[in-house]
Amino acid sequence: MSASAQEINNLINQEYKQGFVTELETDTFPIGLDEDVIHKLSKVKNEPEFMLEYRLKAFRHWQTMKSPEWAFVKFDPIDYQAISYYSAPKRKEDGPKSLDEIDPQVLEAYKKLGIPLDEQERLAGIAVDAVFDSVSVATTFKGKLKDAGVIFCPISEALREHPELIKEYLGSVVPHTDNYFAALNAAVFTDGSFVYIPKGVRCPMELSTYFRINAANTGQFERTLIIADEGSHVSYLEGCTAPMRDENQLHAAVVELVAMKDATIKYSTVQNWYPGDKNGLGGIYNFVTKRADCRGDNSKVSWTQVETGSAITWKYPSCVLTGDNAVGEFYSVALTNNYQQADTGTKMIHIGKNTRSTIVSKGISAGKAQNTYRGLVKVLKSAENARNYTQCDSLLVGDQCGAHTFPYIEVKQPSAQVEHEATTSKISEDQLFFCQQRGLSAEDAVSMIVNGFCKEVFKELPMEFAVEAQALLGLSLEGSVG
Amino acid sequence: MLSIKNLTVNVNDKQILKGINLEIKPGEIHAIMGPNGSGKSTLSHILSGKAGYTVTGGSVTYQGKDLLEMAPEIRAREGVFLAFQYPVEIPGVSNIYLLKAALNSIRKHHSQPEVDAMDFLTLVKDKVRLLEMDEKFLYRAVNEGFSGGEKKRNEILQMAILEPKLCILDETDSGLDIDALKIVSEGVNSLRAADRSFVMVTHYQRLLDYIKPDFVHVLAHGQIVKSGGAELALELEEKGYSWVEDSKAAI
Repeated sequence: MSASAQEINNLINQEYKQGFVTELETDTFPIGLDEDVIHKLSKVKNEPEFMLEYRLKAFRHWQTMKSPEWAFVKFDPIDYQAISYYSAPKRKEDGPKSLDEIDPQVLEAYKKLGIPLDEQERLAGIAVDAVFDSVSVATTFKGKLKDAGVIFCPISEALREHPELIKEYLGSVVPHTDNYFAALNAAVFTDGSFVYIPKGVRCPMELSTYFRINAANTGQFERTLIIADEGSHVSYLEGCTAPMRDENQLHAAVVELVAMKDATIKYSTVQNWYPGDKNGLGGIYNFVTKRADCRGDNSKVSWTQVETGSAITWKYPSCVLTGDNAVGEFYSVALTNNYQQADTGTKMIHIGKNTRSTIVSKGISAGKAQNTYRGLVKVLKSAENARNYTQCDSLLVGDQCGAHTFPYIEVKQPSAQVEHEATTSKISEDQLFFCQQRGLSAEDAVSMIVNGFCKEVFKELPMEFAVEAQALLGLSLEGSVG
Repeated sequence: MLSIKNLTVNVNDKQILKGINLEIKPGEIHAIMGPNGSGKSTLSHILSGKAGYTVTGGSVTYQGKDLLEMAPEIRAREGVFLAFQYPVEIPGVSNIYLLKAALNSIRKHHSQPEVDAMDFLTLVKDKVRLLEMDEKFLYRAVNEGFSGGEKKRNEILQMAILEPKLCILDETDSGLDIDALKIVSEGVNSLRAADRSFVMVTHYQRLLDYIKPDFVHVLAHGQIVKSGGAELALELEEKGYSWVEDSKAAI
């Protein structure tokens, strides 16, 4: 562990520190959703005709669907007509060409979040795409990446500049018919990141997207598409925050990853959307569809997520292991406190021969929160010698929270090996007393024990994120010991 | 150092300690012996601040302050150390991390700066050698997968690094084979100092062969029924606890 207990302690004693609002002039659509809104959206984003058609098709399909009710979460029905589907900081016609043209308030907001967009100030080695409400406001190091042949840009830009790639891949992993929220996203998504790594290229730096919800009464519909061509390698990180508001806000994202032959994608998330207050008022509804297609032989996708925020999290980053010898990994820490609810896990679909998957899930529940792991391991007839290992641990802090595990296993190939291990434990009074007897406060002790519990997942995170993730856990557990 | 006066303690409305009196001066070693269920562990828990006990009367004064008023972590920072009878496991937290966090919380309490990383490593490695432990122990999760003897040695390692003023050893000898007992005892002996006192809670006399106490107290039915010098332990070993229990009954 690299952060000292002191640093964590300092963090524990803070409120949700990303909860500020940036006052800005914005272009915001009136609330409501119909085909006109989608026409308008496509127009304001200057999209090619095929995108508008795609959106309309998705919207029409969405209207025939019902909000899923199988997840172990409770919330009032969402009024989709009460949400604005587009909000962006006001800017000049063509969008900012350089940082000087970005609203200084927006730059300041990112600075406050610890994400300076000035390349000079950035840590070398990480390129950032900053998505503010419905638009990407800046993407750093684009030039340097271009030299390596890497395309890293807002997806709205890719729609205009790389339509052939979009046509081929968008919706190819998560079709617009996939589920209720994916359909909605396909209809109204506004921005997100697009990454293309050409054949044989090892991306020279970490790529990251920082999602910020700022405007009230809006939803954020992010769309991310990452394509790793044959033999390429990329590591991508995303972070998310939002202001503290009493109303719930919807974040319905779709992330699609495509890994071709011998390609590797490592995708890490630190999700810290506003979780609502101590009484469960407000917070983000984080309803996200993330899926990777390990399309080529020997391809590999690794998902690592640290989920501490959001009032409700509903997400299952998955791998479809199509190619032979493909590898899928899922490492997750999901922490819920107060009245937060999380229903999260993964799906590993084994299709190719000798495909392997690993699932390590750590769920922590404190306060009155409910934390659910839901996972599917499916081995198709074609997946000879497929192997899966699942480890699913739950930790309870206090006696008013809940931890639930729903593992589904479907195996149609007799040579497959599937292992599942699960534990549920409580931070015991004996552990707490032991730490206190060594001089640690109860909160430091809980933070230390929880960090220890999550160690296997944290070691999968890029260094910078690992420190942030540890700090976040401490913060999110604030007030969980009486 | 420590002054216990007329201490009475309940657990779930049942009186466990029935008026304990004990004076411990700096540098002294006191052995508390007694049969199972006599209240030995209760005494060590109440001194270290474990929850679940109700003090119904009496007082405990530690270095001039009311010990019972202090939260467990404050007692620890003020120099009260309990070597646990059953040390707990903390998966994923390395020994060295715990040690450093503990030491720094104590230093902070005394307005001292955090320990320098290099100095700390040197200190820890010294103590590890003293207790004939493998350095690998430092990087393993706290007590996870440790044998009984390793856990007890680990307790003494923590004691050696945190340098407490009042060390309470709760049945430290239980579960130790003779070699481990010797190493642990040597560790404890090396920590003896003019300003450091020890309370050794033990069932058997054999620990006292290695750590010679200044005083031996026999606890039975929640009271100290007999006190004496080191020779009392030998007499007890010979005659059994029924001897003192009976003698008490005879008074």
